[in-house]
Amino acid sequence: MARLVMFAILAVVILASAVFCVSTKRIMRAATGLLFVLFGVAGLYFLLDYTFLGAAQISIYAGGITMMYIFAIQLVSKRTLQGLSERWLGKRTFLAAFIALVGVATVILVLLKNQFINILTGNENALANEITMDIVGKTLMSADKYGYVLPFEFISVFLLACIIGGLVILNKNKKEESK
Amino acid sequence: MFDFSIVTKWFDELLRVTCGLGNFSAILIECVLVGLIILIAYAVLAIILIFMERKVCAYFQCRIGPVRVGWWGTLQVLADVLKMLIKEIFIVDKADKLLYYLAPFLVIAASVGTFSFLPWNNGAHILDFNVGIFLVTAVSSIGVLGVFIAGWASNNKYSVLSAMRGAVQMISYELSLGLCLISAVILTGTMQISGIVEAQTGPWQWLIFQGHIPALLAFLVFCVAGNAEANRGPFDLAEAESELTAGYHTEYSGMGFGFYYLAEYLNLFVISGLATTVFLGGWAPVNIGVEAFDAVMDLIPGLFWFLAKTFFVVFLLMWIRWTFPRLRVDQILKLEWKYLMPLSLVILVLMTVCVAFGWTFTIA
Repeated sequence: MARLVMFAILAVVILASAVFCVSTKRIMRAATGLLFVLFGVAGLYFLLDYTFLGAAQISIYAGGITMMYIFAIQLVSKRTLQGLSERWLGKRTFLAAFIALVGVATVILVLLKNQFINILTGNENALANEITMDIVGKTLMSADKYGYVLPFEFISVFLLACIIGGLVILNKNKKEESK
Repeated sequence: MFDFSIVTKWFDELLRVTCGLGNFSAILIECVLVGLIILIAYAVLAIILIFMERKVCAYFQCRIGPVRVGWWGTLQVLADVLKMLIKEIFIVDKADKLLYYLAPFLVIAASVGTFSFLPWNNGAHILDFNVGIFLVTAVSSIGVLGVFIAGWASNNKYSVLSAMRGAVQMISYELSLGLCLISAVILTGTMQISGIVEAQTGPWQWLIFQGHIPALLAFLVFCVAGNAEANRGPFDLAEAESELTAGYHTEYSGMGFGFYYLAEYLNLFVISGLATTVFLGGWAPVNIGVEAFDAVMDLIPGLFWFLAKTFFVVFLLMWIRWTFPRLRVDQILKLEWKYLMPLSLVILVLMTVCVAFGWTFTIA
């Protein structure tokens, strides 16, 4: 009962903010709408007792990615972003509808192929078991079967490459400026 | 030690058995009550902290501070609150109205959110997740957005400038804050806040004693970074009065400004409370290994210990604020990225080595 009420509230928040995000004309408002969508999704994770995922969602998406978007908006001139409007009909609408359909199809396919719905509906207590930090940490760092140490290392190297790339671009710009 | 869960369990019994309420309504009533208690404690602590700040600031500047309203000026802050509540709220021309009204709520939500993680007593922690410390840092990062949106929505170039500075500063200092917390997590082996405090009960078990050198360094870095994170102390250039009029909340009046003011003081309290929880033992009493002394200290309730230690850290931070001159924006960023962050990485390695070889200070 309580879960259902919370789910309804979160669903309304997510859907309303998502619609607001894409339909508003001001770019900062869109970013704020996105922020509330991300909060809502984090709330869903908490509802499912995936507290680690919820915390990561708030910290990385709501706190980090949205902040990056807002900084990026600041770097673009104000006039190009204010009062943007797009007509509804046109080639782009079909393209957008197609992409949305592909997205929906992927989600449905994954849901149907995956076993976790059967596991959840068969077992009453499946939602009550919170996955603790110990398990998350050990899985992330183990090299056994179902261990995630290889993707973890891969992502670390990838991020390092991004940082070095950023520094190289920065240096290039500085040299051009000094010339 | 006094266990507060006796009270909560009694109240739960009262609702469920005596009043015969169902699971849903009992939990609903409890949640509403706990929420009310949090908000009241928040407001009362803000009033106490503002009064304390005015008095401490006055004595550091060889003044006596407010004395006219009430005995020794004690009612001054209440008068200020009344003034703030009846002020007119107006909006700047061509400002983004929605974001303008939204921004203070984001800041206050982040502040109340982190506030409710503090462990007040044995068994009196309100939010106690398994991911505890990580979630605290996550929730506190929402405040940055509030600051930034406020600056943007004010339609004022000084506000935007100050919001940029404030956001950059808060994002950078979050790094060393998080790294210090991680080193504490390494030592205690848990992220749950109640677990961290429990690991510090017993003689000489507070983390700064248990983890000696790395923990002490981490505590110092945490205090500096926390001061910067709360936009205070020598790091308050985001609201530098003389250069940017008042920063990102220039255009706010009435309770809009009041929320920023509240959040600033409560963030100070939250940072001190977290420093207390993680490094100074939270509600754990002073135990020195002498049985009679420890028994007497254990009789004093944990709430007293927690508040005493937290207000001690608050006093330290206020001392720093009213002693050091303000830093420039490039100096602030240099301090974080060139000194504090490498230092906290070194602390992290040192702490790991200490824990791995068992070089921690414990009295068996």
